[in-house]
Amino acid sequence: MEYALIFITAVLVNNIVLSQFLGICPFLGVSKKVSTAAGMGGAVIFVITISTLVTSIIYKALLLPNGLAFMNTIVFILVIASLVQMVEIVLKKTSPGLYQALGIFLPLITTNCAVLGVALLCVQRNYTLLQSVCFAFSSSVGFTLAIVLFAGLRERLNLTDIPQSMRGAPIALITASLLSMAFMGFSGIGN
Amino acid sequence: MNKVSFENLTRGIIKENPIFVMMLGMCPTLGVTTSAANGLGMGLATLFVLILSNCAISLVKNLIPGTIRIPSYIVIIATFVTVVDMLMAAYLPALHARLGIFIPLIVVNCLILGRAEAFASKNNVKQSFLDAVGMGLGFALALTILGTVREVLGAGSIFGWSFLAEGSDTVLLFIMPPGAFLALAGLILILNAYKAKQGIK
Repeated sequence: MEYALIFITAVLVNNIVLSQFLGICPFLGVSKKVSTAAGMGGAVIFVITISTLVTSIIYKALLLPNGLAFMNTIVFILVIASLVQMVEIVLKKTSPGLYQALGIFLPLITTNCAVLGVALLCVQRNYTLLQSVCFAFSSSVGFTLAIVLFAGLRERLNLTDIPQSMRGAPIALITASLLSMAFMGFSGIGN
Repeated sequence: MNKVSFENLTRGIIKENPIFVMMLGMCPTLGVTTSAANGLGMGLATLFVLILSNCAISLVKNLIPGTIRIPSYIVIIATFVTVVDMLMAAYLPALHARLGIFIPLIVVNCLILGRAEAFASKNNVKQSFLDAVGMGLGFALALTILGTVREVLGAGSIFGWSFLAEGSDTVLLFIMPPGAFLALAGLILILNAYKAKQGIK
């Protein structure tokens, strides 16, 4: 029940993109087509879940017992950066199919603040290891849901005649705002 | 000050403004600008990290092998971010609590790594410093403007000073998440329309 609550809260109520504002860059940048957005979402689910598992273990086993908790930002970003590289190499060797689908998105993910953000949020909220992994998975599912919905909206927008000054960023941001308003309808669930 | 230095200093403030023109560092831009004071605080923290990291990277640029430069830059930036994080926790605890997770997330602000890679790794310390000041001020300015717009519309106050009578209605939406997207869209729209008009003349 507790894990179901974490899942629903992270996906719908406190959606990582639309209400926490993490991972806005890929959300605005890689959302022109539904298929690429879904690919990005898949890569993000994969990387966030694995990196949060690893950073949580490092935090609990190495940093906390040695009084090095203040080093968490530096350690986490290094772990995430090298982990992304490693995932890329391992994936290339072991499952070329998955690598084909996610490969081009992996290098972009290091600078996705959602990865570091989720790792830090788990520390801030004192989650246990299992809770952290559950939260990481749910948050990234929330990211995927938001980016796929957003890409669907943008594909439709391509077919419409938009005033010159509103093309590009402004209309994308207004669409994101409407999507965010829709997600506000979920607030209250799970409290 | 010669022409190149002046150009490097002022470029980031308006012409290549990190937020309104280049759209870099959007997460803190949207996440913390619920009030003008928050926007200014976040802007100044980023300015501080940007100046220190640009200067440090420019100093050591010849010592770092090309293949590992990005991880090295990230370590340098993360160190300064940790310093700022601890300083703010000690001296500005209220602001630190309000900005929350966005302080450590300065590490992954694309603006800082972007300036390190595009400018500090190719130029001397003085020019890198000027570039950082300009870009950082442009970022802080944009955050403060966005924060002010959202605070005026959403809470009816400026920098915490309320100009409305007690119990007046405000557009609460603007201090909630959708308002962040909407306010930024409005500001960029005005800027685009202004540019288009200038272009026609």
